[in-house]
Amino acid sequence: MDTHKLVIQGVTRVFRDRRRNLEVLMPIDLTVANGEFVTIIGPSGCGKSTLFNIVAGVDEPSAGLVAIDGDADMKRAGKAGYMPQQPLLLPWRTVEENVMLGLDVRHIPRKQALEQAHELLKRFGLAEFAQNYPATLSGGMRQRVALLRTVLFNASFLLLDEPFGALDALTRLSLQMWLLDLWQALHSSVLFITHDVREAILLSDRIYVLSARPAHVLRVAEVDLPRPRQQGQLALEQSVRLEQELVALLMKEQRL
Amino acid sequence: MSAVAQTQYRAANLRRVANYGPAVVLTVALLLLWELFVRASQISPRLLPSPIAIMQALFANWDVISGHTLQTLLETVIGLAIATLLGLAIAILLDLSSWTRKAIYPLLVTSQTIPIIALAPLLVIWFGYDLAPKVIIVTLYCFFPIAVSCADGLLGTDADLLRLMQSMRASRWQILWLVRLPGAMPSFFSGLRIAATYSVTGAIVGEYVAAYSGLGLYMEEAAHSFAVVLVFAAVLVTAILSLLLFGFVSLLERIALPWYQGTRS
Repeated sequence: MDTHKLVIQGVTRVFRDRRRNLEVLMPIDLTVANGEFVTIIGPSGCGKSTLFNIVAGVDEPSAGLVAIDGDADMKRAGKAGYMPQQPLLLPWRTVEENVMLGLDVRHIPRKQALEQAHELLKRFGLAEFAQNYPATLSGGMRQRVALLRTVLFNASFLLLDEPFGALDALTRLSLQMWLLDLWQALHSSVLFITHDVREAILLSDRIYVLSARPAHVLRVAEVDLPRPRQQGQLALEQSVRLEQELVALLMKEQRL
Repeated sequence: MSAVAQTQYRAANLRRVANYGPAVVLTVALLLLWELFVRASQISPRLLPSPIAIMQALFANWDVISGHTLQTLLETVIGLAIATLLGLAIAILLDLSSWTRKAIYPLLVTSQTIPIIALAPLLVIWFGYDLAPKVIIVTLYCFFPIAVSCADGLLGTDADLLRLMQSMRASRWQILWLVRLPGAMPSFFSGLRIAATYSVTGAIVGEYVAAYSGLGLYMEEAAHSFAVVLVFAAVLVTAILSLLLFGFVSLLERIALPWYQGTRS
């Protein structure tokens, strides 16, 4: 178990309403090994984000076990870099100040925090935007900044909730490649949510397909494409076969 | 700043000035109408002085009026400053829990139903003729819009942003300090702008009841001696003072929230 970044065993989540219980997660098992890129894919509204909130320590499971770095007892908040769907940059902070938000929370002195933010911005090609306010950036740029903020808070384990969902196809592709570079450079473990099958295949080592609500794991697919990944690999026969299989699986779950 | 940026900056400044154009035109037109009406109708200048007569009276009596103006300005600024701190404190208090909100909010609204003109003589009985009762009245006028708009701003924080902060293990106070208070600043400033326009009136109400000096006292004495033109002169100074305070708050906002200018336009 010590080689695992994240272990989820038998996790359920039931929301109690006044009238009835809403079961969002059936018992779910899932693991992310150290340095692994794991994607969760499922129909919209299936409870992916609920699972994420639980891993991020913002929500608690109704039953089951969640262990980060083999530790199931400690509070989970702060042990992963969590990036929600919207970039949620603070409009009154410049890019560099946004990137260092997590360090402010950790009471790291401003000078040191700025230095670290700068180094990261330079390393991943955003140094020239350091002094800009988010309002002046494009959607893709904002997502990059949000991702670097996540990385600077905790680079060892990233929780990314549909980070590229709102972007156009080209921007999305360039961010996917940028993310893969970043992941490989930092040796992070990643748990990634998407409902784009091609994105999942392009990025992941392993894909968990979730059912419609209440969510349970329908299938776990290993992606055997060589690294570093390229967009062209999506046209390989094995990728196409996997894509069609997963899309068929998801179509059955999609309720109109 | 590059040459292009500088030109753009100048153009933006020019546009901002041009925004006041219609207001200036309308004001001048109304004053002109007033002047013509007074001249044409042969109404006694003792009852309704013309704008030009008011200006002349203001300059002729500036030595006396300026002293009163300074007194009123002092009371207003102190009261507004206290109201700002009090308003911020109440907004944070309202925000502590739903219990404090439910407990404090009704009291806050009720406090605004008290006619301050009735309260003013009591304040004079308790605190005398000096600065204190006027400052209290200005504070009472001004803290409410500041507290309410700032509290609304605090409530308006994005739920996802709160979740993000929680995932970073930010404490309640860190979330307030790093995310919620800065995010509430635009609302806070719109409350402060409203308060600034009320504030001078508050001081004048206080002075009207009892004072050693101030524009309120001056107006009251002028009215009692039927010097209508001097009442108008003091009203004019009051209006200019209020506008200046309003402008000062807007300037403060531009300096404090440089990020907000771009997102608003």
